[in-house]
Amino acid sequence: MIAARGATLPVLKPFRLSGAPSSSPGRFKLRHGALLVVAFCLAVGVGQAEAGPAAPSIIATILKWTPLLAQGFALDVAMSFLAMAIGTIAGVGVGLGLISLRAPVRGGSWLVTQCFRNSPWLVLLFYCMLLMPFELHIAGATVPLPDWAKATLGLSLPVMANVAELVRGAVRSIPFGQWEASEALAFTRGQTLRMVILPQCVKRMTPPWMNLYAILTVATPLTSVVGVSESMTLAGDVLSSEGRTELLVPIYLYLLLWFFIYCYPIALATRALERRFQVR
Amino acid sequence: MVPPSWTPEQPLVRLRNVHKAFGANVVLGGVTFDVMKGDVICIIGPSGAGKSTLLRCINALVPIDRGSILVEGQEVNDQKLDKLALRRKVGMVFQQYNLFPHRTALENIMMAPIHVLKRERGEVEARARALMRKVRLEGKETSYPGELSGGQQQRVAIARSLAMQPDLMLFDEVTAALDPETVKEVLVAIRELAEEGMTCMIVTHEMGFAREIADEIYFTDRGVVIEHGPPAEFFANCRDPRTRQFLSQVL
Repeated sequence: MIAARGATLPVLKPFRLSGAPSSSPGRFKLRHGALLVVAFCLAVGVGQAEAGPAAPSIIATILKWTPLLAQGFALDVAMSFLAMAIGTIAGVGVGLGLISLRAPVRGGSWLVTQCFRNSPWLVLLFYCMLLMPFELHIAGATVPLPDWAKATLGLSLPVMANVAELVRGAVRSIPFGQWEASEALAFTRGQTLRMVILPQCVKRMTPPWMNLYAILTVATPLTSVVGVSESMTLAGDVLSSEGRTELLVPIYLYLLLWFFIYCYPIALATRALERRFQVR
Repeated sequence: MVPPSWTPEQPLVRLRNVHKAFGANVVLGGVTFDVMKGDVICIIGPSGAGKSTLLRCINALVPIDRGSILVEGQEVNDQKLDKLALRRKVGMVFQQYNLFPHRTALENIMMAPIHVLKRERGEVEARARALMRKVRLEGKETSYPGELSGGQQQRVAIARSLAMQPDLMLFDEVTAALDPETVKEVLVAIRELAEEGMTCMIVTHEMGFAREIADEIYFTDRGVVIEHGPPAEFFANCRDPRTRQFLSQVL
């Protein structure tokens, strides 16, 4: 100690390995939004120039149709919410099946997960639309099954499979010592899962779960392909009723902007949560 | 089921020819000894000698292949064993503490008595607070494990096991992951426990501690007990060359 007095001791400063990624890739950043706005303005300008001075303003046309597009967008959001809720509840069930001690339950859950996780979402959507009836007869009562409801179920299937994998991965990421300690304290397996393992999983699962929600939201316009009147379908209707080709690029960029405004806060919150959970 | 007729004059733990192998790797090759009520025994030996596995066999965390383990007269090597009943009587403290990180120190101690023993919450909480005082962690009740030092966490883990009011405590290298300056506070807690008459089986690398606290020291190597004896005798004149070699390395 005395020898070190006055001398500068070497200190290991925080460093970053050159190969390590600097920040999470693939997430929305504000600059993406700015780019989108610039692209939209450019598209409007170009469209206006193409149309000539006599044509009505593109901005005014878009604003005129905004209430209708907003209705479609609201349906997108509603479908994504519902699909997420259904998919999460079912997915937790299937995820617990994946870690079951009973081999048949585990095998069945595995099959369900693999089927729905590795199928294209559009294929699942078509299956749901074509295989499900347009109305259900339950105990004499007839319940209509509208397109959007069938599409929501179709979207919830891949969500379910992805949530199941999230649950399985999260449970496996809990250190083995937690199981051992619970067992040594005479907890049953059910108690261990309920009181020790799953509460710790919730924290780990939240960021990827929110990420999945953002992916689901941007996937809901897929339902336009199967005829649901959501924002993409309505944008197409607007284009055909206006009959102006110069609207094509601006109106879809406009829609893209809506999705960005909706998803960006989710991406922000996800990143914040990830950072918070990493520290402890 | 026939209630095991066990009286405190009989061994609390009776190991007979206990065998355990993980695949081709023989971890326990016939271990035989008794632990009487109130005894404190220390198990020492090189890494990979099967010390931790032996402890895990006693509370049925690891099933044994052959032999017999009686805990209070109850056979552990039995398909029909009520494992939960056994584990209610046997407390265990781990090298890595294994506290539940999403619960406060006090909640960690209270969980098992409430949910396993179905005790009343108020009574459990009073006892948990008393245990926190006992391990000198008064004031840390609402801290989360992540906010405590290793030594503090390990003392919470000891209190958590004691809250089940076990008849036997197993300590698996409980100071091996600790900073040298916090080792002592944990050893003090264990010593106080031993002085109160708790039956303890301690796997440790702290030779000074073993010498001071143990009634009997067992030296194991490659799954068998090489030799054993009271500490004074054991450290002064051990006979087996493997014991001598081990002691010369660690002392």
